[in-house]
Formats: sequence, C-alpha cells, structure tokens
Amino acid sequence: MAQADIGQTIAKRRAEILKDWGHQLRDGGALSSGRLKEAELDTQVREFLDLFVQAVSTNEADTARKALRQNVAEVSRARAIQGFTPTETATFIFSLKQPLFDALTQEFGKDSAALIQGLLAVTEILDGLGLHSMETFQKSREEVIIRQQKEIAELSTPVVKLWDGILALPLIGTLDSERTQVVMENLLQSIVEHGADYAIIDITGVPTVDTLVAQHLLKTVAAARLMGADCIISGIRPQIAQTMVHLGVELNVVSKANLADALGAALRATGRTVATIKSASGGSALSKA
Amino acid sequence: MNAPVTDTMPIQSSDDIVRVRQEVRRRAAAAGLGIVDQTKFVTAASEIARNTLDYGGGGIVRLEAVQDGARKGLRLIFEDHGPGIASIDLALTDGYTTGGGLGLGLSGSRRLCNEFAIESKPGEGTRVTIARWK
Repeated sequence: MAQADIGQTIAKRRAEILKDWGHQLRDGGALSSGRLKEAELDTQVREFLDLFVQAVSTNEADTARKALRQNVAEVSRARAIQGFTPTETATFIFSLKQPLFDALTQEFGKDSAALIQGLLAVTEILDGLGLHSMETFQKSREEVIIRQQKEIAELSTPVVKLWDGILALPLIGTLDSERTQVVMENLLQSIVEHGADYAIIDITGVPTVDTLVAQHLLKTVAAARLMGADCIISGIRPQIAQTMVHLGVELNVVSKANLADALGAALRATGRTVATIKSASGGSALSKA
Repeated sequence: MNAPVTDTMPIQSSDDIVRVRQEVRRRAAAAGLGIVDQTKFVTAASEIARNTLDYGGGGIVRLEAVQDGARKGLRLIFEDHGPGIASIDLALTDGYTTGGGLGLGLSGSRRLCNEFAIESKPGEGTRVTIARWK
C-alpha cells in the first residue's frame, strides 16, 4: 500500500476522523482547563489533518512535511506558553492515532498486509511529529524561563533614592554572580546620576552570605568608594553575623542593624537630622493632605 | 545508630548550588537545628558545593539524615573527580586561594561544622564530608 492510499483514505473519511479525534481530545481534557477555546481546538485539528493528508499524498512530500512540522511547532509553542503540561501537549498528536487506525482498519480490514503497512507508516509519521512537538515545547518553556530570569534580575535590584545624596539598594534573594554584576552596575550608575555621597546596601532579604557573596559585596563597596560614595551595609541578621565571624570574613565597612539606622547614620553624616514636629492639633501631617 | 537515609544531588552548575542550599536548609530544619546552626551549615554547604563545582569540575553531594541516640543531625558528602588537592594543609590555611576568592571557604567551613574531613588524591578527585549535629 502506497502512502498516497493512506492520504486518500483519510481524505475520504475526514469528517469521521475529525469527529473521533475531537472526542479523544475532549475526553483527554484538552478543554477542561479553559485555556483553549472550542473553536480554537477545532481549527487546530482541521489544519493539522489537512496538512497531514497533504504530507502523505502529494508528490512534493518534503514541502508538505515541512509545513506540517511547522504547524506542530506552532501548536506546541502556543501550549507551552499557555501553561499546558508536556502530556497534554503530546496528547494533541498521539490522540490522532486511534481515529486513523480505525479508519485504516475499516478501509483495508481484509488486506492485512496493506493494513500493517499503513499502520506502520502512520505510526512512524505521528511518532516523529510527537517528538518534534516535545522538542518545541521544551524549547519554548526554556525561552519563557530565560525571559523570566532576565526580568527577575532587572526587577529585584532597584536602586532607590532615600534623600538627596543618599541611595539605598535593597538586595533580595540569591546573589549569584550574574545578578551581582547587574546589582553593581545599577548601583554605580545611580551613584553617578544622583551624585550620591552615601549608598546603603540592605541585605535583609539575602538568605545566605557565604564567602562569594561577601566578596561581591566588598568589591561593590570598593568600586563605590572609588566613585566618591561611602557604603553602609544594613540588615545583617544575627545568624548571618555569627556565620560570617566563624567563616572569618571581615566586612571592612560601616554596618547597621537595619535600614532605618543606616538612613539615620547617613543623614547625620551629611549634616541633617530628623526631628518630631510639635503639632498643636496633634493630628498627623499625612492625614491633612 | 540507624541506617542513614541517603539522597544524591548533582552539582554541575551554579543553579545546582542554589538547590543544594535550599535542600540543606530544609533538611537541617527537619533535623531540628536552630536558625543559627541552620545558617552556619547552609553556608558551609554552599562553600564546599562551590569548590566542588569550581575546582573539582562538578560532582555530587550525598545528603544523610543521621541519628545517634537522641541526637539528630545532617551529614553531607561532596565528591568530585577533579584534579584533587595537592596540599590539604595549605588549602585549609586562611586566606590561601588558587582561584581569586577570599581563601576562606574551606577553612571557614571547618569552623562552621561539627565534623569535617577531606580525602583527596591528586589526579583522582576529592571527597569532603561535613556534618552538623543538634
């Protein structure tokens, strides 16, 4: 049995196959999560089957197969981004097996040699597409992860201005070397922009300070000093302080227990002070605004 | 002493080090270590794991929940098949580094643990065992 015969069989029983496949997909829960609309699924199913028929029946099988792989890649990528699981994504391809097998069995039921050949050919193509689907899915997921990593690296290292000439850098999370690079650059850039005299590096949100993190901190402090800004490190928790002493790390910088103390120290150092206003009405200044 | 429960984690990238830290923190807490001891042990694990990656070219860590009578604890065994350490005494000297670090990772880790052992053969690899008891 030639591949063209498979194509003809599928084309002939198209409506039936589409219906069966649709049932298989729905039973498999393709729509249950609500991420995919019924019309969308119907379109995907129809496009795929038509391309599949072309891929097995035309003379220019290469072009048609390329188009089919392209289609699979698009569907898989969309599902990866929509948050489908690998199984749900692969099921799109593999659930077509049963309807196709049924159609071929009905067509070639008596001719068992032709049937086996047909089933083999269909299996081979679908398996290849299934693998391609997984590969695309994986790649799309990785793209999402890399993009999110970049976003996290950007988002979690904001430099904030606390007062004229006083900046704060609240560090949160793991200080691996790539993020530390971003942190350093952001801080040094902001020191230039604001003409800052003091930079407060707050490490309340850093869970572990090992020698590498300490070294990164010391380098950042040294670079800031070269640019004329003094650094204050704040938010060293008791357990981290004890650990650093045992490790033998000496942070040769001014440090304060919390950000408020550090701000107070920086204000005093720049000749300012925070005073309480004696208000006759006794109300808060903020509530009047 | 009961047979220890052993799990193995790979150390092949700096992301693996983050995972090792998180897992060690979780298990140290489960073993009943206080917040200070947890932090000390997690920091030591972070140092040794980074050595395994940077100097040993990657390897594995075995995590064992250990119990001795009423005492519970956590033991970590880091193994790599890297170049090994030529002189362990020198490597354990404060401030000695061959990689541009602070030179405190190994010596500092020893001060953060209750048990600390290094076995190393040049050309064959290194095994570092650390443990912290409640």
